[in-house]
Amino acid sequence: MAREINWKQPSEEELQKRLSFQSGGAELDSSLLLQYSPRNKKLTLLSSQTVSVNSETVTNITNTLYPYHWPGENHAWDINAFRDGLDVQFHHNAPLECSFSLLGVDASIANAIRRILIAEIPTLAIEHVLVEDNSSVVVDEVLSHRLGLIPFKGGKRGLQDFLKWWKPGKPDALGYTDPFSTTFDYNTVKLVLNIECTHNDDADPNETDPRKKYNHAHVYAKDLEFVPLGRQSLFFSGEDAIAPFNPDILIAKMRPGQRIDLECHMHKGIGADHAKFSPVATASYRLLPKIDITAPIVGADAEKFARCFPPGVIGFEKVPKALAKRKHVAGRVSREGMPVESQAYKKEGEKMAVVKNPMKDTVSRECLRHEEFKEKVKLGRQMDHFIFSVESTGQWDADELVLEALKTLKQKAIKMQEQVQNMITG
Amino acid sequence: MSPSRADLKENEDASSSASSLAAEENATMEDAQREPVEAEVEGDVEMEDGEEDEDEEEEYVQRIRLLPGSTEHAASFEILHEGHTLGNVLRYIIIKNPDVEFCAYDIPHPSEPKMNLRIQTFETTTATEALQKGLKDLEESCDVIAEKFTKAREDFSGTA
Repeated sequence: MAREINWKQPSEEELQKRLSFQSGGAELDSSLLLQYSPRNKKLTLLSSQTVSVNSETVTNITNTLYPYHWPGENHAWDINAFRDGLDVQFHHNAPLECSFSLLGVDASIANAIRRILIAEIPTLAIEHVLVEDNSSVVVDEVLSHRLGLIPFKGGKRGLQDFLKWWKPGKPDALGYTDPFSTTFDYNTVKLVLNIECTHNDDADPNETDPRKKYNHAHVYAKDLEFVPLGRQSLFFSGEDAIAPFNPDILIAKMRPGQRIDLECHMHKGIGADHAKFSPVATASYRLLPKIDITAPIVGADAEKFARCFPPGVIGFEKVPKALAKRKHVAGRVSREGMPVESQAYKKEGEKMAVVKNPMKDTVSRECLRHEEFKEKVKLGRQMDHFIFSVESTGQWDADELVLEALKTLKQKAIKMQEQVQNMITG
Repeated sequence: MSPSRADLKENEDASSSASSLAAEENATMEDAQREPVEAEVEGDVEMEDGEEDEDEEEEYVQRIRLLPGSTEHAASFEILHEGHTLGNVLRYIIIKNPDVEFCAYDIPHPSEPKMNLRIQTFETTTATEALQKGLKDLEESCDVIAEKFTKAREDFSGTA
């Protein structure tokens, strides 16, 4: 599973330094983790960072860059090496949606970020519904559930700094728990929905659309009215008022005479408790696809090859002189077991398939179904290149969420350090 | 958590509490009219919140313990209320430590909020030290990622 390094061949002096490290001489440096082959004068990493995607199997899945795992390679944790190897590239950054590549991290770190995004970043959502009257066809519990799932927006400072966790009160001596003993302006946001369906006297007598024929035939999220309590007006007024992010979410349908009158209490919560608290619609990553064309694919084959991939993945180039010169050797097999035979059938200037943008690939493996391409292409995924896609539900900005996730992960580590310290001393 | 029809009767009680809450709210509303001024002058609304927080502060709960049979160089830890999020990343960062011979994590049962972490080390360190170092390394790595992320975002918004 050796990986060839494509960068410029280092100087003789540099090579000597690298080799002396591998014989145990020089100081530790993760950039020196290379193997020198005197035969073809090339440096290779013994460890591979590519997940192999074969026609029926996926192999070399897990990261093995650990100390003592690869001869001559170090891989001990080093924050400076981590910093050097780490890279973030943004592809897209909108308030609700962002996409970026995280390079040079292990899957466990990328996955921790993803998991925290989904389940551990707090948002505000409707948690308690006090139903005064509900004569609509939607029963109380279903209505309450629907209300809970509505995403809300509001002033960032108020949501993130001012609002705190709400905790249920404790029962008193008689065993009675006052449900509002712990309800304050800094942990509860009150919304009121008071709406009644009536006949619209101005409507045309032949009108069939219930939305025109009646008033409030449809109840929307925008009908929820925010009631600021205490200091909340400081943080949530004007633009910053608590309001449904999408005002047009349908809550219920009614007919004349039906009425909904209820009060909602919103609390902060996390996705681990209930999905309604999750700040993201989706938070996912995929590994960067890798397509290695091991033997030239030319002429009509090149076009057919391009059609095996989504548009934009494969491009065309003209066969350069240097490649066309090579002699055809029938039956010869490369060290990897690839036939080199086909290399001969190419003329200078002929159309040749090249990889243009592997990012667009879906790794459908279609090309591996064709006999003529089977031996000429190697599919894989770059093990340490995570293409993240984060879609917010509106309470946070998408890019802000990622930073919050990192903050949460850091807090976990800090809190656990205290815990370990207490375990030792206590 | 939403009240069903069965709860409606109890709501009479609740609504009386609710109205008392509303009364309280009105009182605080009036306060709010004055308070903002004070708060703005001090420029520190957070201070007040901090005080309230301390009243609310929960008692400390020890969430990690050594499991029986652990020795200095080979220990199992039981961590409460942590899952794959911290478990896997800790496992990874701890085996990156050359003084560690073995590290693995497990969640014995999905219904229990428990995560077990096993660490075996060479003579050069102890299991607890390896855990401490892993947590420290993780903390640092979060800063590094956040730093690079912020930088990349700035560069991107500059170009776009």
